[in-house]
Amino acid sequence: MGKTTTSAAIAMGLAKRGHKTAVIDFDVGLRNLDLIMGCERRVVYDLVNVINNEATLNQALIKDKRCDQLYILPASQTRDKDALTTEGVGKILEELSKDFKYIVCDSPAGIERGATLAMYFADDAFVVTNPEVSSVRDSDRMLGILASKSRRAEKGEEPIKEYLLLTRYSPDRVKLGEMLSVDDVQEILSLHLLGVIPESKSVLSASNSGTPVILDEQSDAGQAYQDIVARYLGEEKPHRFIEEEKKGLLAKLFGSK
Amino acid sequence: MSTSAPPLQKNALEFKSTSLTVPVLLLSSNDLPQIGEQLQEKISQAPEFFKNSPLLIDLQKLTNQNLDIDIQEMIALVRRLAFMPIGIRGGTEKQNHAALAINLPVHSMHGSNTAISPKPEPKTLAVNDAEAKKPADSALENKLITHPVRSGQRVYAKGDLIVTATVSAGAEIMAEGNIHVYGTLRGRALAGVLGDVESRIFCSDLQAELISIAGIYQLRDDLIPGAAHKPVQISLDNQTLIIKEI
Repeated sequence: MGKTTTSAAIAMGLAKRGHKTAVIDFDVGLRNLDLIMGCERRVVYDLVNVINNEATLNQALIKDKRCDQLYILPASQTRDKDALTTEGVGKILEELSKDFKYIVCDSPAGIERGATLAMYFADDAFVVTNPEVSSVRDSDRMLGILASKSRRAEKGEEPIKEYLLLTRYSPDRVKLGEMLSVDDVQEILSLHLLGVIPESKSVLSASNSGTPVILDEQSDAGQAYQDIVARYLGEEKPHRFIEEEKKGLLAKLFGSK
Repeated sequence: MSTSAPPLQKNALEFKSTSLTVPVLLLSSNDLPQIGEQLQEKISQAPEFFKNSPLLIDLQKLTNQNLDIDIQEMIALVRRLAFMPIGIRGGTEKQNHAALAINLPVHSMHGSNTAISPKPEPKTLAVNDAEAKKPADSALENKLITHPVRSGQRVYAKGDLIVTATVSAGAEIMAEGNIHVYGTLRGRALAGVLGDVESRIFCSDLQAELISIAGIYQLRDDLIPGAAHKPVQISLDNQTLIIKEI
């Protein structure tokens, strides 16, 4: 769906703008944020070690080589999600929040422990969805959980701010009726759209090479993520990548892109 | 000729809920001989109709007047008159215990039709206490939801349910009274869940997975093709759901 790609890109985007940012992988047992961040060979301790007091937070945090404002807290690959506890996660987030301006929690799929803990302490939530019916319904379910089972909801505070991100969007396929359009998704979820990430080969190649796609400034997906980070920080940016790309006459004739 | 065993079925049974119309005996006196006399009189008017008829005994009026009645004797009386009592409601705790002791179910007062509550007096200037209280009580039981009802969420209202946002597919909204949705209704909407056949569903865009009033339901596929994507009101007429554009 693009949750980890998005987490990596947003964390990197925030860090690049000079905000001290930590990104935590909550997908215990299926960790791959470290791969996408390109730091898989530097993992010594992980989230579960810190929760179990087997390592300190500073030992487990990995500093990114490309941006000194960004730190990664990887998930454990050898445990499962039951190793996470609410108190443990709460303690880690509290400790991190002393040092870091933004903490990005990469939630696993599903509505089980990992996902509910990733969102429990959240202030803002990015809901990443694909333009297809099943994905949109899952997001709707997740929004329901965000509204009812977070700490903010339990304490009766102001609810979590929700932002909608549409990934793997392809205007061509929307036109052919193979995908839901931006308007369809927004209507179903009745949620404010933060941005659209176009379906792009650069996402795949960025993941494979361990570079967050936002660093690929030439690519459409990289630019889309930069727009999203800017909008999240309060800048006004017009939405891009929603309309079909207009091809020039030559491009039409030769069928190239 | 041997009869072969019936084919094995995976599910031998299943639970379903239903709502049915049952005669209710509304007692306003605890004088058993008098009750017996008057019942006999009613029965004589239509003996076949009342014979072996199920009967729910409503004690609300007695409870309100602090009148006690011997449940066991009262049940024996109606049984003698060929009724099949199926429970009591509106009784005191003691009466409920007495009913359970003779294996008689105790029903809740919810879903009782308006005839049971004291009929509003013709409007006069002198408003008594009971009347003044009533609107406040019903307002308490109504529910107003201003945020979208998401997939997987359930909302239940003891009175009317008003939703001023969308109801997503996979969500379920239920009310003992009417349901109003001032947004798109994509989930399931069940009005009159305790059997109030007068309740209705109103919505400004009907795309529901299921609509139900008092247990009578229709699935999305059964909706009349013209009814979808329109503002409608749904009511129940003689066991049939009527969908009307508004």
